[in-house]
Amino acid sequence: MGWEASYDGWVIAIGALAAFACALPGTFLLLRGMSMMGDAISHAVLPGIALGFLVSGTRDSIWMFLGALVAGLLAAVLSQALHRMGRLEHGAAMGVVFTSLFALGLILIVQAAGRVELDPHCVLEGAIEWAPLDMVDVFWGWLTVPRAVPVLVIMLLVNLTVVIACYKEMKIAAFDPDMARASGIDARIMNQVLMIITAATCVACFEVVGSILVVALLVVPPATARLLSDRLPVVLVLACLIGIVMAFLGHFASGSVPGWFLADIEDVSTSGMMAVMAGFLFVLAWVLSPRHGLVMRAVHRLRLRVRIAAEDVLGLLYRCEERQEQLTAAQVRQALMKAASIGGVTARLAMARIRRQGWAELGTTSCHLSDEGRVLATEVVRSHRLWEAWLWRNIKLPADHVHGSAMRLEHVTDAGMRDQLAAETEATEVDPHGKPIPDSGGEADPSPDSTVE
Amino acid sequence: MTSQRPGATDRSEHDDRAPLSIHDMTVAYDRKPVLWDVDLDIPEGQLVCIVGPNGAGKSTLLKACLGLLPCVSGDVRFWGRPIQRQRVAYVPQRESVDWDFPVSALDVVAMGTYRKLGWLRPVGRRQRTQALEALERVGLTEFASRQISQLSGGQQQRVFLARALVQNADLYLMDEPFASVDASTEEAIMDVLRELRQNGRTVVCIHHDLQTVRESFDWVVMLNMRVVAAGPVDEVFTMENLRRTYGGRLTLLDQAATALGQATRSLQGS
Repeated sequence: MGWEASYDGWVIAIGALAAFACALPGTFLLLRGMSMMGDAISHAVLPGIALGFLVSGTRDSIWMFLGALVAGLLAAVLSQALHRMGRLEHGAAMGVVFTSLFALGLILIVQAAGRVELDPHCVLEGAIEWAPLDMVDVFWGWLTVPRAVPVLVIMLLVNLTVVIACYKEMKIAAFDPDMARASGIDARIMNQVLMIITAATCVACFEVVGSILVVALLVVPPATARLLSDRLPVVLVLACLIGIVMAFLGHFASGSVPGWFLADIEDVSTSGMMAVMAGFLFVLAWVLSPRHGLVMRAVHRLRLRVRIAAEDVLGLLYRCEERQEQLTAAQVRQALMKAASIGGVTARLAMARIRRQGWAELGTTSCHLSDEGRVLATEVVRSHRLWEAWLWRNIKLPADHVHGSAMRLEHVTDAGMRDQLAAETEATEVDPHGKPIPDSGGEADPSPDSTVE
Repeated sequence: MTSQRPGATDRSEHDDRAPLSIHDMTVAYDRKPVLWDVDLDIPEGQLVCIVGPNGAGKSTLLKACLGLLPCVSGDVRFWGRPIQRQRVAYVPQRESVDWDFPVSALDVVAMGTYRKLGWLRPVGRRQRTQALEALERVGLTEFASRQISQLSGGQQQRVFLARALVQNADLYLMDEPFASVDASTEEAIMDVLRELRQNGRTVVCIHHDLQTVRESFDWVVMLNMRVVAAGPVDEVFTMENLRRTYGGRLTLLDQAATALGQATRSLQGS
């Protein structure tokens, strides 16, 4: 498929308008945990569209729009009623209602297929590629645009108006409906407004992306945006932007991606590729999100591990000084990997951190703590030995059991906790192994015997 | 302070000055009654707690008063008139909302100003200032811009309290404001409630810790599907009433309610 500015421009514009319009109600559906209601409504509009079509005989009639809107709202009302009266779980109630209505719609369309030009294939995934071929004049002939554009623009304006004007009402109705109602803001009205704009948006987007793929526009951009921000206004704006980007990428990919794999297929449907790109953006956000992302969480974990390993190195060097032993950098690394059971990479990173901070000199022949490093090392060893003493004296753990716990606890112990430990161990000067506990000033009393290990 | 007459049947016997007066209220879930014939006058300017076992209908009572649940029968008056929402603040159970919602502590507290703002008007600087003041009163100023999922349970509870304070109401109905909070938070919340009482406000709390009823509250409602006793703590918070509220005696009523629910359901064929 060649690239034609006017044709491809319109396809992208239509996709972007649809995605933009869907992201607004979609975000609030997501926040209420009702994303599947969008799915249900988008399926359930089918019999309404079919009936409206059968009654009027044309595709651009107000009947079709009204029929679809009524069917969509019927689905919302019926599934909520079924949930209450049939004591059916929410998801199950929606499943019963929308599959029934969808099936009814399919039957109507297949029945009517002989008489009218309504293609079940278009119904399912839309016909965004054909939209630019069906142009209408707007503004008394000033402008000629695809017929889908004015519908989508109106829908977008309606959604924007509702979300901006009723922003705080939509927010409180989604967050705390009971409190909203108690203070006189009827959350049920906001819920109905949300259902109405969702149904209307589904209908408006129906011709462009079909009744199935509209779900991708309603659910995926808001879900992606939610991963990227914890602020509702930001989530809303991001959801709209992601929807627009998704339309761009989707149309691009529909023309180019299949060619990479299958030489004999030139392109695939744009709406299908939009949904694929939505999934791709979601995975990207899931991996890279600044707070909830996999990468950031892995980085945080690694940083924590390196910090702990560096503290272990400091403790190790302190104990070597105590024993008046000389270790080379390689020996320190080996000892660290064995004592803290960590990998070589973490150990190297930890030693690099120590060199960078100037806490110790790690040479090929010998290693020495710097003054700053010794203060930190003393704190670590003091924490360790205080915990050993405390666990042994106050919890009555056997002396050969306390080392492992102290190894973990020493990394989360601050000065306040050390003072408390010292108080509770009655300022004992040796740990259960007979090693001196350095005092908070930094110097250990070296006199007690250090034969017990 | 009016003494309680559980058997009062006439609306005119209720006190018109009472901030909350419930007359002959019955509430049912799915045709099974959970509250029977509740008659209650909450006195003004008191700290009132509602105690009772699980399933006694405590939350239901508050929700029904606020019109969040339909009553089978009964009549609720606030200062002798139908509900005046601008004078009543409600604090729902902490578990009733989704704390992963993408809003900050300040946003949640500002929700207390929505009612006075009215429809379509956005939250402005004045509302934000009020919300910050309320956060300060509960000691959470530094957490104002924190996303609410990053707050501890006790801090979340205090955010809800601050939201009620912003409403500047005369009557506060709180559903378990002390649930899962530590001792220092409990004391901080209690201080705020005492301050409200000093200013002549009325506070009704659902409460679970029977140990603290005597020291913390003035008035107690002992509830188990019906009002077992209600009145000043010194008078009605007795061993005998506790036994009647929590003991086995009411299981008979519970059984009857279940049977009644089943019978009406099968009679109506649904």
